[in-house]
Amino acid sequence: MFNEVALFPEAASTTAQQVDRLFLFLTAVCGGVGLLVAALLISFAVKYRRRPGEKGNPPETPASRPLEWFWTIAPIGFFAVMFLWGAEVYISAYRPPDDAATVYVVGKQWMWKCQHPEGQREIDTLHVPLGRPTRLLMTSEDVIHSLFIPDFRIHMDLLPERYTSVWFQPTRIGTYRLFCSQYCGTQHAGMVGTIVVMRPDDYQRWLNLSAEGSMALQGRKVFLKYRCVSCHSGDGIARCPSLEDLYGRPVALSNGRVVPADDEYIRESIVYPSAKIVAGYENIMPTYKGQISEEEIFQLIAYLQTLGKGETPVRVEEFPPPTGTPPITTKDWPP
Amino acid sequence: MSESHSGEASGTRDDDSVRRNYLNASYSVISWLFTTDHKRIALLYLIPVTLMFFVGGVAITIQRLSLMSPQGALVEGDTYNKLFTIHGVIMVFFFLVPVIPTVLGNFFLPMMIGAKDLAFPRLNLLSWYLYMLGAVWTLVAVLAGGVDTGWTFYTPYSSASSHTNVAMTMLGVVISGFSSLLTGLNFIVTVHWLRAPGLHWFRLPIFVWSTYATSFIFLLAVPVLAMAFILVVLERILQIGVFDPALGGDPLLFQHLFWFYSHPAVYIMILPGMGVVSEVIPCFARKQLYGYHFVAFSSFAIACLGFFVWAHHMFVAGLSLYAALIFSSLSFLVAIPSAIKVFNWTSTLYKASITFEAPMLFSLGFVALFTFGGMAGLYLATLGMDMHIHDTYFVIAHFHFIMVGGMVLGYMAGLHYWWPKMFGRLYSDWWSRFTAIIIFVGFFLTFIPQFVAGYNGMPRRYYMYAPEYQVWNVMSSAGASILGVGYVIPLIYLPWSLWRGKPAGRNPWGATGLEWQTPSPPPTDNFDSTPVVVRPPYQYHFQKAQNEP
Ligand SMILES: [Cu+2]
Ligand SMILES: [Cu+2]
Repeated sequence: MFNEVALFPEAASTTAQQVDRLFLFLTAVCGGVGLLVAALLISFAVKYRRRPGEKGNPPETPASRPLEWFWTIAPIGFFAVMFLWGAEVYISAYRPPDDAATVYVVGKQWMWKCQHPEGQREIDTLHVPLGRPTRLLMTSEDVIHSLFIPDFRIHMDLLPERYTSVWFQPTRIGTYRLFCSQYCGTQHAGMVGTIVVMRPDDYQRWLNLSAEGSMALQGRKVFLKYRCVSCHSGDGIARCPSLEDLYGRPVALSNGRVVPADDEYIRESIVYPSAKIVAGYENIMPTYKGQISEEEIFQLIAYLQTLGKGETPVRVEEFPPPTGTPPITTKDWPP
Repeated sequence: MSESHSGEASGTRDDDSVRRNYLNASYSVISWLFTTDHKRIALLYLIPVTLMFFVGGVAITIQRLSLMSPQGALVEGDTYNKLFTIHGVIMVFFFLVPVIPTVLGNFFLPMMIGAKDLAFPRLNLLSWYLYMLGAVWTLVAVLAGGVDTGWTFYTPYSSASSHTNVAMTMLGVVISGFSSLLTGLNFIVTVHWLRAPGLHWFRLPIFVWSTYATSFIFLLAVPVLAMAFILVVLERILQIGVFDPALGGDPLLFQHLFWFYSHPAVYIMILPGMGVVSEVIPCFARKQLYGYHFVAFSSFAIACLGFFVWAHHMFVAGLSLYAALIFSSLSFLVAIPSAIKVFNWTSTLYKASITFEAPMLFSLGFVALFTFGGMAGLYLATLGMDMHIHDTYFVIAHFHFIMVGGMVLGYMAGLHYWWPKMFGRLYSDWWSRFTAIIIFVGFFLTFIPQFVAGYNGMPRRYYMYAPEYQVWNVMSSAGASILGVGYVIPLIYLPWSLWRGKPAGRNPWGATGLEWQTPSPPPTDNFDSTPVVVRPPYQYHFQKAQNEP
């Protein structure tokens, strides 16, 4: 009647092993204290039950101040260990290693859309190679979702108009479940997917199967399609800042602040261009909010990571620069 | 009741049974609907609060039956989502939050401090009307058309995406929130103004302390909830951009505001239960409450610290690392006062003389389940652990241990403890003990499997699920059917006792406490003459045992 009954989920990532050790520690401490309380409750209840014929009430037992202070202070020691250990696991899950490869994930009611830097796109499935730290850069097209891979013990919300990220390092070949764990409407329970962990060479073969060019290449097409190049032309007559060698570098703003050109900054500059104005430039860029899809923004981000000095495409003159809302509508990303 | 308890300490039963009391003072419907007697208002609450419990119960019964099959045996999609919203909204806002303050608090807070009524009796009646308005309003909203956001109403789903009666339901909750707010205000003023001569602060029973602390949470937290909900309603109607990022809002702002109310609300839901247990355990152990000052102050520590831990619900919501670290460490701190209470309740049993009537069985069940559920909370406060079990059935099991294992058992303990005082009759001893055991066992069988399903990764609010979770769901549903039986039995033997129960006398349990010094049921003015208090509470070693003349 029942499929594979397991008491414990599979531990298929480095994080999973850390979390399980933490779990065992917590269970040992809580189990110990719980058993102590239960043993005291039961033994007192049995030993001090009222016997037939017993007369009167028992005499007073004055409370012991030292005992009170002992059990007020003592839990703090246990709690400190739990807190520090938990914080250590959390921090290591919070900060991806430097060599992590990024996969871009967009959640929407009710599906997962993933793009690999190599150009592969997939829905409700994510292929990753064994042993490679993989960072997911995520956002949502509509409401809040949450990416949850129980066998990896990781969990992170996807927020609309904001990027969040999470990373993992798979330690076992296999297929694992992916759930949306933040309630998101009618088919929330159907917003599930599969993580496929492959041997690195199988993964390479899979990548080459139907790649339509790298994500950066697709981003370049987006860059031309929206005529970003008309203004961000990178040459002497550019009306907007050059985007060459921009990714990850500090940017001086007109209000005197300096911010890093990270993923969030790039997204904000496309969707809310007037939020941060680069020093020395005018606030002339129209918003692309509602015009450009989240996947296309990810592709632009991937493109900008590769855009080096002198690599901006040549401007094609017959297009006037966009002034109002760009007239081009984008088709939604393949079904 | 057991033989030893049917005796009457004060020997005035015959006089009491014929005298006028708050129940037979008048019989007209008007005399109930416009009463300002705190005892009658408590009974006015008892009926709708009980009804709401069973409305929420029917919703979860259908869900648990449906979850017997991984595809969803009975309901799916929208219907299931509306059902868990009904269950959450009704149980939290219309049962767990109000139940002990409005029923037991209303009835016994004035009596425990030797007062004739609350400080503002008419305000108390207004609170009841607000509760009724909010309850009827919300019931109409959730039954006619329904709501599918969950009781958490997260934006932007609630403000922009859901096409159900979100605005109306949230307004219903806000209305009932004002009922709680006014009740809290009333309690605070009452405790300050109307204490009997000699009843200084450290002679107050713990139930008064914890109700007083709860009242402060009402005053500080309810306005924030009302504000957040009204903003969501405005955003739905007028498209103002507060929470929906598409309108320039911040979706996480709602979570901050919501949990700023709803984490303290967890303590609204547990502190009164802790108060009840602190009355019942000394009574049936015939022993002074161990560490009175520590127990009293821990109620306040919980009420205060409870306001600084809200973001522990958001560890994987995109919180900054430093915020996560701070809220995690504060969440551990709030566990300390709870631990203090558990140790003191346990120590009260030391060298005691314990009997196990229903109120005591419910209270011991409370201590066991609260301890268990509280320790599960430590897992969730641990950052690296929450990363995995967040929003899974582990969380569901954890907070049901606190709210059902804790609060519902605490309420049952209080209801059974004070029932003889409220109605002057004793209920069936055997059936009530049987019920306590059934509920305790049913509870464990329902929620332990959910911990396992949760650690294995089953997310909450899924009407269908991966087949490997079926065994845990079937076990949980089976346990829930036992639990359900446990909730239905008191509906029979408690009303039965009103007609067939033995007269209770003034003090069937031999309890200390002013409420036991007056006839059962109490007269409209509670006390013939204002009592004078000369001793701290729970002086059981001075109290004559019940079976002594
Ligand atoms: Cu989702
Ligand atoms: Cu909380």
